[in-house]
Amino acid sequence: MDILRVVALGLIGTVLAVAIRQHRPELALQLSIAVGVAIFIILVPALVELVTFLQDLALRADVDLIYLDLILKIIGVAYITEFGAQVCRDAQESAVASKVEMAGKITILLLAVPIVMAVLNLILGLLP
Amino acid sequence: MDIDLIFRIAGVGIIVAILHTVLEQLGNRNQAQLVALAGVVVVLLMVVQMVYDLFDTVKTMFRLN
Repeated sequence: MDILRVVALGLIGTVLAVAIRQHRPELALQLSIAVGVAIFIILVPALVELVTFLQDLALRADVDLIYLDLILKIIGVAYITEFGAQVCRDAQESAVASKVEMAGKITILLLAVPIVMAVLNLILGLLP
Repeated sequence: MDIDLIFRIAGVGIIVAILHTVLEQLGNRNQAQLVALAGVVVVLLMVVQMVYDLFDTVKTMFRLN
């Protein structure tokens, strides 16, 4: 059961990070990064299964795969941005965290431009 | 794989903390600083490798490249 491993890993990592924090705060931060990465690596098989399920769904409903790819890209960018911003916020660097989040938002907006154009063209096409 | 890496990082952290306080008691402060620095560098190498693997996995899975 993955969830048990994830919770156990989180608890162990938190306890170790607290133990190290008052002596070596920089190592505690790196330990929390390592715990975050380890938990994500545990979730990778489940995510891959979900992605393939979405693709089958898209194929059956003959939705264009480009849009599904775009959604996956946006989810990936959102996850990485969130990961980086939370780590910066853990280290009390909220200024850096907000910059990282702004960069993530701009990247996602850039990714969404083709979809908006497609919708606009569709609407303009419908108008008499 | 991932659980022992976390224990390794925690081990290095605890060892560095103990060495740091011991060296400070002995009085040679700059060695204590060096040990602290070495600890940070060692853990940084491990964490950077893990983060690189994470980014690689995300890139291949979400087709970000």
